[in-house]
Amino acid sequence: MDIVIWLIPAAVFMGALGLCAFIWALRTGQYEDIEGAAHRILIDEDDESPQPPRRG
Amino acid sequence: MAAIGLAPGCPSGLAPPPDAEASRPDPSAFVRRDARGRDTLDLLVKGARCAGCIRKIEGGLLALPGVEDARLNLTTGRLAVAWPAGALAPTRIVSALNDLGYEAVAFDPTTAEKSTDAEGRALLIRLAVAGFASMNIMMLSVPVWSGVGEMGAGTRALMYWISALIGVPAALYAGQPFFRSAWAALSKGRANMDVPISLAVLLTLAMSVFETAAGGRHAYFDGVVMLLFLLLIGRYLDHRLRQEARTAARDLLALQAVTAARLDADGIARAIPVRDIAVGDRIALAPGDRVPVNGIVEDGASELDRAILTGESTPAPISVGETLHAGAVNLTRPLIMRASARVEDSTVAELARLIELGEQTRAARMRLVDKAAALYVPIVHTLAALTFIGWLIAPLLFDIEALGVRGALTNAIAVLIITCPCALGLAVPAVQIVATGRLFKRGVFVKSGDALERLAQIDTIVMDKTGTLTLGRPRLVSAVGAETLRTAASLARASRHPLARALVAAAGPGRAAANVRETPGQGLEALIDGVPARLGARAFVAPNAIGEAHAGAELWFRLGDGAPLQLRFEDALRSDAAAVIAALKARGLTIELLSGDRPEAVEAAARSAGVAAWRGGASPQDKIARLAALKAEGRKPLMIGDGLNDAAALAAAFASASPGSAIDASQAAADLVFQGEALAPLVEAIDVARAAHRRVIENLGFSALYNVLAIPIAVIGWVTPLIAAIAMSSSSLIVTLNALRLQVGARRWTL
Repeated sequence: MDIVIWLIPAAVFMGALGLCAFIWALRTGQYEDIEGAAHRILIDEDDESPQPPRRG
Repeated sequence: MAAIGLAPGCPSGLAPPPDAEASRPDPSAFVRRDARGRDTLDLLVKGARCAGCIRKIEGGLLALPGVEDARLNLTTGRLAVAWPAGALAPTRIVSALNDLGYEAVAFDPTTAEKSTDAEGRALLIRLAVAGFASMNIMMLSVPVWSGVGEMGAGTRALMYWISALIGVPAALYAGQPFFRSAWAALSKGRANMDVPISLAVLLTLAMSVFETAAGGRHAYFDGVVMLLFLLLIGRYLDHRLRQEARTAARDLLALQAVTAARLDADGIARAIPVRDIAVGDRIALAPGDRVPVNGIVEDGASELDRAILTGESTPAPISVGETLHAGAVNLTRPLIMRASARVEDSTVAELARLIELGEQTRAARMRLVDKAAALYVPIVHTLAALTFIGWLIAPLLFDIEALGVRGALTNAIAVLIITCPCALGLAVPAVQIVATGRLFKRGVFVKSGDALERLAQIDTIVMDKTGTLTLGRPRLVSAVGAETLRTAASLARASRHPLARALVAAAGPGRAAANVRETPGQGLEALIDGVPARLGARAFVAPNAIGEAHAGAELWFRLGDGAPLQLRFEDALRSDAAAVIAALKARGLTIELLSGDRPEAVEAAARSAGVAAWRGGASPQDKIARLAALKAEGRKPLMIGDGLNDAAALAAAFASASPGSAIDASQAAADLVFQGEALAPLVEAIDVARAAHRRVIENLGFSALYNVLAIPIAVIGWVTPLIAAIAMSSSSLIVTLNALRLQVGARRWTL
């Protein structure tokens, strides 16, 4: 049973890692425009578009 | 009009292109300097729906010389543009967007709701913490439950101590919204649903820590954090719903803060926010501009579209010395006016106050879930107290094993935790979020869950005519040859008169004639290929001509010495109006038509739509009075309208709806806004609202049933942490699944 001394902290640590990742994503505004992000992935940056490369 | 060879508007056709003739207020007043010394402008873009829109808008703006950054938020429809200070005239941005086929209005971000929703974010973090804690504690609890008899007391204590280490801080952090709300209610001497929640959480935590320290068999750390996790889901859904409504309302307010062109002493026109207009300011009104404040015409003669103020669809002439009311639209010629009132004291603001009044009376209504809470709280607390006392007294009277104070307290707390309103907290928001989500996909925007509740209960519908039952735009009904139509339209393109615009719409895209002269109230004239052509009133074109008798509006057209041609227009009903009216009647609703337009026009529309009860020439006050009379009869009227003259009635009605083409004030006052040319979404909205109402009642009933079953088990003292965990999660799951039936099972109402 000694193994739980390692297993439990390891499990809690991994859970905490996930939690931190979520909070980081939330704080940096990753969820501000969910719909837009879903659509932006369809935009081909290098196809023959009337737009110049993004600046700024 | 498309600058880069694309069709106007959304390339996927998900949103109709805007009215190309919409007024374009100067956005200069809303330009702000950012931290990097660049000029920035925030705009609200209408009609952007897909990836193509993002590319078209951002690409189109970045192609403008000087623009450094353009970012569109598709979820909120907000567009942020930045350019080096002074490198670009801000009007170019708006006109570029208009050329791309999107309606864009600049707004002052300080008056709009912040796009980052701090409260929702905090709730999400608490939700994540509770979720993390409940999963980790569950990992520790399952071995305890399954290892009964095998696991030593020492190992169990270790599991519980680790659970406490995670659970206590997590619960204290995640539970704060409930603690705060409970405290706020208690300090006012009231009790809300959060009082039993907070009590259960805190008592259970304390009891679990005590049991752990005393080496007891049961600790409820898993139950507490799971409870908070489930409750926070309900709380977050509820918040999202309200936040969306609030953002939409604030956006509408921000949009009303448009600019006006003030003529300064040096004769130069400057764009200023409407709220900065002072009494005595001289303001220039270009054709298509909305009158910002009440005032008097100083110079010029033109025609006014007063439709949003009175519902009257025929433009009225206006000249020097006459009074202008805020909200009317200047149609034909530039005007210069002198402001006689500030914006707060103008007609529009007056109507806005009426709207507010109506909304206040509405807010006083008690929500269904509050009623449930008022019933629930005392019952649960009495039961818990009785359990405690019962377990203390019963062993003295009957032959039962005495549990002592500790045992009695454990059972009382078990009652509190098992009756904790997880399912009740999810019952209503889950249904409402599914219902509003489904309607949103159909182009119906519901402002609040409360609105859905009210919509389900309506029994009468009061409709405005112009712009609601009809499209609100005249449509050409006479048969005209293609060549003649093209020639007439080339004249009409020079004018903003509604009939001219209808003619252009009928003719489709084409050239505009050069050097067109417009006489307000009369018509247009120009030389077409050297031949004089006239389009306008009969008196202007051919005073002696005799046309067909016709109830609607008409234009006359004459090319050279040719025969004058009568062009008849009608304000056509929405294509599915009659079918929708029939469908609404089939749902047991009484329908009335109440319009500010001429009685003959109202009667004609009522007859073709199949509405028996109608009334014309109704003023905004008449409309409110009619709604009040209906309410006095005990009816629950739904008001549907679009004009400013309807806005107060919309706010006063039991529930209200307005089409997406309605003016902002009406959309702000209405409970739901439906997009598109069809009325059919309205039927679906009522169907979904009624279905949602049934789901809410079912969910509340289920929660009650669950409590009826669970309370005796808790009172007898049979509840273990395992039973509590299963009971809580399964009841929440059932309630959520029942809400989802709205999405899956519901049929779509089509013609």
